[in-house]
Amino acid sequence: MEAHAARSRPVGRRWRHALESRRVLAPLLIAPAVVFMALVVGVPFVWAIYLSFTDAIGGSLSGHWVGFDNFTSAWHDENFRRALRNTLIFTLASQAIVVVGAAVLSNFLVRDFRGKWIIRFLVVLPWAAPVVLSTITWLWLLDSLYSVLNWTLARLHVDHALVWLFDATHIEEGAQVPLQWLGRPNLALVAITLVHAWRILPFAVVIFIAGRASIPNEVEDASRIDGATGFKKLWYVDLPLQLPIALVAVLFGIVFTAVDFAVVYILTHGGPFNSTQVLPTWAYAVGIDSGSLGAGAAISLFLFPLLVLVTILMLFFARRAQVS
Amino acid sequence: MTRRQTIVTYLVVVPFAVVLGFPFFFALVTMFKTNLDLANVDHSPYTYNDLAGHLHWDFWNYATLDHVRFLFEETNYPTWLLNTAIVGGAVVVITLLLAMPAGYALARLAGGWGQGAGVGIFLVYLIPPTLLFLPLSRLVTQLGLKDSLWALILVYPSFTVPFATWLLMGFFKTIPQELEEAALMDGASRLKALRLIVLPVSLPGILTVVIFAFSLCVNEFIYAFTFISSSEQRTVSAGIPNDLIRGDVFFWQSLMAATLIPAIPLALLYNAFLDRFIKGFTGGAFR
Repeated sequence: MEAHAARSRPVGRRWRHALESRRVLAPLLIAPAVVFMALVVGVPFVWAIYLSFTDAIGGSLSGHWVGFDNFTSAWHDENFRRALRNTLIFTLASQAIVVVGAAVLSNFLVRDFRGKWIIRFLVVLPWAAPVVLSTITWLWLLDSLYSVLNWTLARLHVDHALVWLFDATHIEEGAQVPLQWLGRPNLALVAITLVHAWRILPFAVVIFIAGRASIPNEVEDASRIDGATGFKKLWYVDLPLQLPIALVAVLFGIVFTAVDFAVVYILTHGGPFNSTQVLPTWAYAVGIDSGSLGAGAAISLFLFPLLVLVTILMLFFARRAQVS
Repeated sequence: MTRRQTIVTYLVVVPFAVVLGFPFFFALVTMFKTNLDLANVDHSPYTYNDLAGHLHWDFWNYATLDHVRFLFEETNYPTWLLNTAIVGGAVVVITLLLAMPAGYALARLAGGWGQGAGVGIFLVYLIPPTLLFLPLSRLVTQLGLKDSLWALILVYPSFTVPFATWLLMGFFKTIPQELEEAALMDGASRLKALRLIVLPVSLPGILTVVIFAFSLCVNEFIYAFTFISSSEQRTVSAGIPNDLIRGDVFFWQSLMAATLIPAIPLALLYNAFLDRFIKGFTGGAFR
């Protein structure tokens, strides 16, 4: 017994010694996560790429190799083009609103004031609520008959002015009171953009606050000594320092909006007449509802290189802004 | 702050809070409305009115709990809440088991390639679920998990693990390295130092990850919507649009109640852990 214990000890020690080394321990700790991700993301991803080059349909997950046919026919499809355009519109327009809103709100939300807790609670709500559920609330707010938004606009006597405004700006010509927010193509684009902006804004505010928190106090003191106040300070001191973190917020916002399926699916189902389809919902309509797996996979794939490009650009700028 | 600054602050902050919170406030009003009151377009949608559309001082007598009762007694809503909790809980455990070691290793041990791996993890987050779920649904069928909560428990870590690893990497970076080094000097092994020094200190960070991973699970729609076909196995995000919206018939009051009930506790949790989240998030790959 004793001899056995004595013999086994060096082995145990060697093992323990190996665990002390970074070269062994680091890969060992990362391995489970990497293996799992390879299985549930890597394999399906490669498989989906394969599918996009085949004519696979229905329940079978293989088909004949058709090369780039799915991609070229998607590209020449009017619905696909509109879905791509809509994805870009929703993503860019909502993020523009979000960035401006978050820059303003975060600057005030870091101050101390009475009732800050309840304000913060209300601001965070759209982000905390599950997307599907809060979108259903919007479905009710924008209802064709019972819309509380239209009711309120009518009571404030601004509904006709709004219709005129949509008409004059050619956003939605020939609209009438009460506004059919989800029933007219361009109004639906406006509504979906606003819902996206509404749900991403709290997240961006939080990230902006984080950015402010990371600005060293010395900067604050120095700018006060130099006499930078109000707007000048905001423009020349606060905003440049917040730039890297703002880019992070935008990056996440773009990803959250571009890959989102629930908002469009719940609000309009891509309608009226496919006018509000985005790439995820169009891929679903083609790949699942119509059963053309290969074509659906190809549509989904269009999004990925765009997102990778956005990520690389953002990380590049974030790091560069930080160095300077 | 001066008086003027305080006023300006409220002038900015209050309108934002009103706009962001309004849908939830209105959901709260709607959930207690009677059908006749709701269906009459001449009635104010903000109040509980009598049949003629008039508001009385005892307005609560013109409201009803029927639709909330309907939600809990006539639909599978309680089951969906339970399912959501089960899936969320199981996914959180799996996520922590995978992401904690990985996050620690990337923050402390990996050195130069840790940064690159951090970005790599983020890229995984960018693969659209609409792309993955075709092969994944096949995988789920092959494993005999179709229409089972296990399908979701297996698949959800695919998006919680990258997110949690990213956050935990940030938290671990904010812990002073000297703490561990002192323990190592005293003869503790690296794993022991990890267990006795690093874990207790990073507990708030880990709790934050728990909350945000859980809420990602509650949020998920497309997998829950397609992998599960029987009502009893659904989560809230898939069950509510599936069962409570039937064609053109909307159970608006019940829908609003169903929306508010999970949103409020989640928002309270978010609020409590917001500062921690901010810390972990910014500590991630940008420091």
